[in-house]
Amino acid sequence: MESSRRSFLKIAGISALGLGAKPVLDVMASSGEAAKPETIRDPKALLAKRWGMVIDTRKLQTEEDLKPMIDICNKIHNIPHFENHLHEIKWIWSEEFENDFPMQEADFLDDRLKHMPFLTLCNHCNVPPCVRVCPTKATFKREDGIVMMDYHRCIGCRFCMAACPYGSRSFNFRDPRPFIKKLYTGYPTRTKGVVEKCDFCAERLAVGEIPACVEVSKGAIAFGDLDDLNSEVRKLLRDNYAIRRKPALGTGPSVFYIV
Amino acid sequence: MSNNKKMYDKGKVIAGLCIFLILITFPFWYNLGKAAPAPKLTLTAKAKAAKQCVLPTQTMKADHMQLLNEWRDSVVRDAKRIYVSSDGKEYHMALTNTCLDCHGARAEFCTKCHDYASVTPYCWDCHIDPKEVK
Amino acid sequence: MLEKALTGTKRYYGWMAALLAVIGVGFICYLWQFTFGLGLTGMSRDVSWGFYVAQFTFLVGVAASAVMVVLPYYLHNYKAFGRITILGEFLAVASVSMCILFIFVDLGQPIRIMNVILHPTPNSMLFWDMIVLNGYLFLNIIVGWKVLEAERNNVPPAGWLKPLIYLSIPWAVSIHTVTAYLYCGLPGRGFWLTAILAPRFLASAFAAGPAFLILLCMLVRKITKFDPGREQIQSLAKVVAYAISVNVFFFLCEVFVAFYSKIPEHTEHLKYLFVGLHGHGVLVPWMWASLILMVLAIILLVNPVTRKNETVLALACVAVFVGTWIDKGLGMISGGFVPNPLNHVTEYVPTLPELAISIGVWAVGFLILTALYKIAVTIKEEVEGLI
Repeated sequence: MESSRRSFLKIAGISALGLGAKPVLDVMASSGEAAKPETIRDPKALLAKRWGMVIDTRKLQTEEDLKPMIDICNKIHNIPHFENHLHEIKWIWSEEFENDFPMQEADFLDDRLKHMPFLTLCNHCNVPPCVRVCPTKATFKREDGIVMMDYHRCIGCRFCMAACPYGSRSFNFRDPRPFIKKLYTGYPTRTKGVVEKCDFCAERLAVGEIPACVEVSKGAIAFGDLDDLNSEVRKLLRDNYAIRRKPALGTGPSVFYIV
Repeated sequence: MSNNKKMYDKGKVIAGLCIFLILITFPFWYNLGKAAPAPKLTLTAKAKAAKQCVLPTQTMKADHMQLLNEWRDSVVRDAKRIYVSSDGKEYHMALTNTCLDCHGARAEFCTKCHDYASVTPYCWDCHIDPKEVK
Repeated sequence: MLEKALTGTKRYYGWMAALLAVIGVGFICYLWQFTFGLGLTGMSRDVSWGFYVAQFTFLVGVAASAVMVVLPYYLHNYKAFGRITILGEFLAVASVSMCILFIFVDLGQPIRIMNVILHPTPNSMLFWDMIVLNGYLFLNIIVGWKVLEAERNNVPPAGWLKPLIYLSIPWAVSIHTVTAYLYCGLPGRGFWLTAILAPRFLASAFAAGPAFLILLCMLVRKITKFDPGREQIQSLAKVVAYAISVNVFFFLCEVFVAFYSKIPEHTEHLKYLFVGLHGHGVLVPWMWASLILMVLAIILLVNPVTRKNETVLALACVAVFVGTWIDKGLGMISGGFVPNPLNHVTEYVPTLPELAISIGVWAVGFLILTALYKIAVTIKEEVEGLI
């Protein structure tokens, strides 16, 4: 009797998966034979209330200076390279001052600053418009402030690309795999028809590593908790004047530029 | 609108129904007596040595797709990347680096059965089988 | 009643067969896009919505315009429109069907479309758009069908239809409002970031839809025994006249705000559309053509002498339809994406397969429209004892 009830529950639970995804883990637990399986964080994971980045542009003067960061990101995230610029995929790239900061353009800006390359990436906004418009929660803001993409759920409507005021999002207009020079097995590729962008190396933070671009920046990029007064990023922001991209839009970017 | 119980165009209607029935049952006629033998799953030495997967074998056979869905939501959406099984063992929830690491090539372990069951999940459009990387 | 769509003249069959052929070509191109990806289109990282979304936007307007015949008839008891409400409602059904198809062909992962329902997200305007579009489709199918059936059986329409009919009036406004909200709530897209985007959309809708309906009425009169009526056409013409005037007025308001304030984020898109930006301007001739057509239409429609001449009226309606189609179906979406948020100019030109798919969707719409109009007109002919 007991066992038939149990198996009934099991079957009912599993059939419900098709509709409401009753977790397998719960079903297993209901059999009461052993401890309930669970999912946990890696104890090594780096945690924060709101991750943020401070880029010291004084230390990044030329395209050469930016190259290691862009290259490592492209490599470990399997970013494809398309000859056709319409189909470009970019997570981190370089732009000039007037393109990154169109509302702060200065007529008499120092020539050095004017033509200096600026690292450009997703701002992981505090109030992200892309998250607001996504019809499936495929893009969402995590508790630690990272604006993530769930490639499994994205339907490819590209509403988030229209909503992003920073041009930080790319769409897979075709299967990217043939255009990846060397497949990196530590990270998946994407499929055609989904949107992607920088995720502050969430996969590295989860195992206790800082974002790859920060790691190779030789101290030019700081990464830390913006909510922690004693963090390195907050110290840098205390001691230096830093700007953000399009602050007037109220999106609250988490990427700061010391100029 | 008519109360007349007579069936109009009887011949055409019945012929039409017959054609419809034949067409809709076509896959059964076509495959009659051609059932392919169920593929035999071979475990790698590593998998054999482990004795048990993250859940009992039967559950894995029946519900691995649901488990993988849960894993993917847990990893991507909740940032929880470690699975603790009921016997206390910890696993990194990763299709390539955990599942395939133990079970070997996906062509052997996944595709065979999926082909037999005529399902084509798109896991490998994105996830990578290191053995297939040149 | 459906059987009325299955019998007809050789010309009817020929037209339907031709539409099916066009749909076939579109479908094959869609299969190609489905396997290759949206890279088959002219869209890009910078202009991430193109022809499909633009057609969708334009057609939501045509669909919403059914309210311009439903409202005077049911709310103000304007009897004359009773003859043509069904034509307006069936036009709405065909248009909304096209809208839904255009959204579908625009998706990168169409097989995951049910995620919108599986993970409902009320903060997304697309979620609401799905609700209002599907709701509007069903309202018009039910109301149109049941009222027509009642007319055929020579009985008054069922009482339960009344609330649905009244509901369909604000619902029509809602579909185009929500569609405008898709665009006008996005920070950093200066071209769309304007509170009069929804009113603008409605104005151009109430011009384009009734203009198309006038042309359809004239066509019905020409090829069937049913005459939608001169008074009906003239009343619609007045609707078109003022809606197109308001549409141009709203546009001029936008131009004033942009160029008097001189805020680059707002002027640059208009500059791109009408004079070109940094040497790029594929849309410049189109946009001027659109403006000229709309102004010409105002002159012809507001003036009673020209409006009452049905040949001139037909020309004016074509001008309104083409003018607003260019405005919304070409300029509105591309214009919002150029220049991009980083001030780069990437132009967008649809590709041939993209056009073939679009024409295929239009053909589906015309197929639905023809079948529904065939039913409606045959029943009207029967009721009036013309056949």
